Amino acid sequence: MRTIRPVLGVLGVLGFMVTWEVVARTGVVDPKYVPPFTTTAARLVAELGEPKFWSAFGDTLLTWALGLAIATVAAIVLGAVVGLVPFLRRATHTTVEFLRPIPSVAIIPLAILLAGLSREAALVVVVYAPFWQVFIQVLYGIADVDTVAQDTARSFGLKRRQRLRHLVLPTALPYVITGFRLAASIALVLTITAELIIKNPGLGRQIDLYRSAPDVPGLYALVLVTGLLGLVVNLGTRYAERRLLHWHPSVRKEGVQ
Amino acid sequence: MPAVRRSLVSVGLAVGVPILLVLAWALATQGTQNLYFPTPGKVFDAFTSTWLTGATITKHVLPSLGRFAIGVVLSIVIGIVAGTAIGATPWLRSLLEPMLEFFRAIPPVALVPVIMLILGIDDSMKLAVIVSGSVWPVLLNTIEGVRAMDPVLTDTSRSYRIRGALAYRYFVLPAASPQIMAGVRLCLSIGLILMVISEMFAASSGLGYQILFFQRQYMIAEMWSGIVLLGIVGVAVAAIFQLVERRVLHWYHGSREVSRG
Repeated sequence: MRTIRPVLGVLGVLGFMVTWEVVARTGVVDPKYVPPFTTTAARLVAELGEPKFWSAFGDTLLTWALGLAIATVAAIVLGAVVGLVPFLRRATHTTVEFLRPIPSVAIIPLAILLAGLSREAALVVVVYAPFWQVFIQVLYGIADVDTVAQDTARSFGLKRRQRLRHLVLPTALPYVITGFRLAASIALVLTITAELIIKNPGLGRQIDLYRSAPDVPGLYALVLVTGLLGLVVNLGTRYAERRLLHWHPSVRKEGVQ
Repeated sequence: MPAVRRSLVSVGLAVGVPILLVLAWALATQGTQNLYFPTPGKVFDAFTSTWLTGATITKHVLPSLGRFAIGVVLSIVIGIVAGTAIGATPWLRSLLEPMLEFFRAIPPVALVPVIMLILGIDDSMKLAVIVSGSVWPVLLNTIEGVRAMDPVLTDTSRSYRIRGALAYRYFVLPAASPQIMAGVRLCLSIGLILMVISEMFAASSGLGYQILFFQRQYMIAEMWSGIVLLGIVGVAVAAIFQLVERRVLHWYHGSREVSRG
């Protein structure tokens, strides 16, 4: 089974490509709407040679990275403050529970009003949802500190700083990193969303341009690119999680099996 | 008495901060003519006059919520049915896993133009947009939940020759349900976002359309009231989910508490 698995996976991918090709070529769906896979792939390769593509790609990456960085830093700082002070945690609970489920796209109109059709407007949207994702995880992580370990640390006379370093940090870190991993993919989704609706430069806007052109193979090629980008972000953050948490039981157990 | 006082304090804390925030908002906007940040009173007026009239409820609010509900139910059903089939069949899982990972990674919004191209701009397009994004968490979590079933449970049900629908109802579904519910929670919030987005693109009705319309018309208080309404919908959906989850998974939370001691 272990050697067969990757083979089956490759077969699955090939099967998908062949199905796509056949469906388009035989006219089950109108090729005007669904161009064959080979056409799309050729278009993708051609697109990779265009400076226009790479500047859109770079814009998307920059918006994504900026948004994710702002959201993560703000969430860790605020989350640590709120999480370590029980009074604050209780006082902010309802407010957080109300603000968190507000769909991030609801604030797109507000962002456009405040910052115009710009990257700043997109950043308002890109920061909002990932911020809550990390913030909540920081709170959970800090709340999860083992009470016995806490008492032990206290009776051994560990100072506040030492307790933070040796007790709170190792407990909260897995939570924070999980939050970051989820936040990274949410931020990418919102970056593309913002570019599609706010029309700040990036892959999302390019997709919208190809839609209205209409340049159907270009549209499909760019959707493939966003999927691949998302895949790279997912795999990259998952890899980073395992590296950073190699000491953690949840990761170590997987290694043994 | 201390118990009463403690609960009074926690109610005070729970309600106090939101009230303080609204007060701060009122104070900050008092007397200013800032176009973008109207006073809470104005937003409240706009809320009652915009959203609480029969015409908007039937024209914008209910169709939106209806599309959301249908889209989410479709996603959950498709996700659970396909997920159990894939999760219970190792070769199928290996075959499909890379493709599923890829599809999940596509930002759902990027598919909006593609779906518009294929389906046009009617309700089916909006449903397809919602399902195309919110089916993944349910599907992948169901696969994972079914795959990671307790081997003792699997063996027991096999020894007793419990198969088919019976095994599905009493073993597979309960064993996977904590994972499935975690997927459903994500599915709900993604579904809500996609409902709004699909209406921002091509619609003449719905919450997303209406909010963007207000922004373009510079009806700022109305726009804010729309954002507030979406917030209320989000909170209501989260609350309903929590109720349902507590009912569906009461045995699970119970056994977790026991095992924690």
